[in-house]
Amino acid sequence: MTAPSTPAPGMDALPKVRKDFVPLFLIPAIALLALPFISPSTWLTLTFAGLAMGMILFILSSGLTLIFGLMDVLNFGHGVFISVGAFIATTIIGTAAGWSDSESLLRNLGIVLPAMLGAMALTALLGLIFERVIIRPVYGQPLKQIMITMGGMIVGQELIKVLWGPQAIPLLLPGGMRGSILLGEAAIEKYRVVAVVIGLAVFAAMMWVMTRTKLGLLIRAGVHDREMVESMGYRIRRLFIGVFVAGSALAGLGGVMWGLYQQSVVAEMGGAVNVLLFIVIIIGGLGSVGGCFLGSMLVGLVANYVGFLAPKVALFSNIGLMVIVLLWRPQGLYAVGKQ
Amino acid sequence: MISKFLLSGDTPRSKVLAALLVLIVLGLALTPFIFPGAKSLNVAAKICIFVVLVASFDLMLGYTGIFSFAHTMFFGIGAYGVAIALTHLPPKWGSVGIGVAGALAVSILLSLVVGLFSLRVKAMFFAMITLAVATAFQTLASQMSDITGGEDGLTFKVPELISPAFQLREQPFLGVTLDGRIIGFYLLLVAVVVLFLVMLRIVNSPFGRVLQAIRENAFRAEALGYRTVVYRTWTNVLSAVFATLAGCLLALWLRYNGPDTTLSFAIMMDILLMVVIGGMGTLYGSVVGATIFILAENYLQDLMKVGSTAFAKIPVLKDLVHPDRWLLWLGILFIVGIYKFPLGIVGKLRMRLKKAAA
Repeated sequence: MTAPSTPAPGMDALPKVRKDFVPLFLIPAIALLALPFISPSTWLTLTFAGLAMGMILFILSSGLTLIFGLMDVLNFGHGVFISVGAFIATTIIGTAAGWSDSESLLRNLGIVLPAMLGAMALTALLGLIFERVIIRPVYGQPLKQIMITMGGMIVGQELIKVLWGPQAIPLLLPGGMRGSILLGEAAIEKYRVVAVVIGLAVFAAMMWVMTRTKLGLLIRAGVHDREMVESMGYRIRRLFIGVFVAGSALAGLGGVMWGLYQQSVVAEMGGAVNVLLFIVIIIGGLGSVGGCFLGSMLVGLVANYVGFLAPKVALFSNIGLMVIVLLWRPQGLYAVGKQ
Repeated sequence: MISKFLLSGDTPRSKVLAALLVLIVLGLALTPFIFPGAKSLNVAAKICIFVVLVASFDLMLGYTGIFSFAHTMFFGIGAYGVAIALTHLPPKWGSVGIGVAGALAVSILLSLVVGLFSLRVKAMFFAMITLAVATAFQTLASQMSDITGGEDGLTFKVPELISPAFQLREQPFLGVTLDGRIIGFYLLLVAVVVLFLVMLRIVNSPFGRVLQAIRENAFRAEALGYRTVVYRTWTNVLSAVFATLAGCLLALWLRYNGPDTTLSFAIMMDILLMVVIGGMGTLYGSVVGATIFILAENYLQDLMKVGSTAFAKIPVLKDLVHPDRWLLWLGILFIVGIYKFPLGIVGKLRMRLKKAAA
């Protein structure tokens, strides 16, 4: 097969996809909207907290949105990977409490990084099993899928309780990540800086894979039109398994970060955060990584601002945000393909 | 005669199933006489209430093919309606009426809004939105402690006729004192039977047939001229109404309501399990499912206690059969059930009949 070195006539006439920047302005808009109600230093603290929470939400939900986009599979059991990740971290960090408690950031990383990698490896393996046992038999049957994945989550949560016990386990921040940095009058917790750095790294890596590699091209094409990719001779099933495993591993990583953020882990933590993840991926547009990122940031910011101004309606504020976004763009911020 | 007017022409269509149903109904009706004691009466009442709740869920899941996580929310609205009314107003039937009416109004409005907003799209989408709304509602109910009593819930007095202190007559009847609890139980049973028969009437009406058509093939139903979104929204509202009424009954029976009794996620799982065990898409399934599940809930934990003491020396196995882990076994049962017996017990029994006829 010879590849033509110059594009065939007419190829350059293909219309370019128009870039859609409007949703990007939502983040500064919401941040500015909150400014008049909150004192500037508190505002800075809250904004940073919101961004950090958003980064963790993005890591947790990016797999979920791709899994749905690729195969129309909505995994209600996604939360189990989050919990398992966090619990594995407690075990790994527990083996070297001295390293974790030490003030040196290098030593902290020496134990937190293995904990994260270990959690990712095990949740990836778990994802492989989960896909094979729970999800594969019910492709294309949405009602059964919802029920089966729910059942999978219940069983997973109970197994966690069997292995680690039913009570909450404390997961303290490593010594070097405790406390906060003062920026004028605003206090910014060190761990939030770490979360933002990791989140941005994951986002950058993901965007690179999605837009610069053939794998990403296939995933994006699969999200857009599964049958077309199949008819080109690619095995979408394998692609899907890969995405599912990667998504589970990311959920495991996010679980470690979420556990450190909350400083204690319980078996139900994944199920509880699942609701937020659904809101995030609906806001972003099911199947879109960029939309998922924006959605995470929006949810993180709104949750922190409203949590400060009116704590009782914090969860409703996210639903309100979702309703507003859907009224504006019924398919989410970035609509993808077939829905 | 009975089949046509009472059961709306929808007979059990299997001798075993018919016998099972008669057994369950008789067992429930005679509970105070056959199994005396407060615990068995409570179990029987819980079965009755859950029959309505599960049947109303099946109206959506089994008949129309919609999955909603908000069902416990409506159950909770009903229970809170009665609870709030009876906490603030004197314990009279009029106050109960106000509570029920208020709860129904809230439920209808909420189900209409949620339905119109999200039933136009895929089943998945509706499931996600209802999950979010239900979670938010649960949080709200436990935080607004001035109105709902927060995590502690509300304890209240019920009308005199059904309060435990009331006695119909001095002498016991067939060895049973006819106090308010017994009267309350029979009123509850009557209400449940009426509600069940009304639902049976609904699913066997032309409206119910359209719902089943939508479940089988929404696109074709739309092409035949039925506006699926309208029908789906009506089912959502109807189902919410019946769930609300079930909640009212529960609150009246328990004389208490709190977030854990009606709103918790565990109850949603229970409903799901009962629907799947009994059989989706048939209201009789809800009777069978609710009965078996609630009996198992009480019985399985006792069995596991025995197992837990027997395996007390073996580390992981001991925890696996610990009574608190009963949900694990139900979850596994649930997954296996969906794979192997998607039609549930009722479906299996009817299938045997079909095979025998063919």
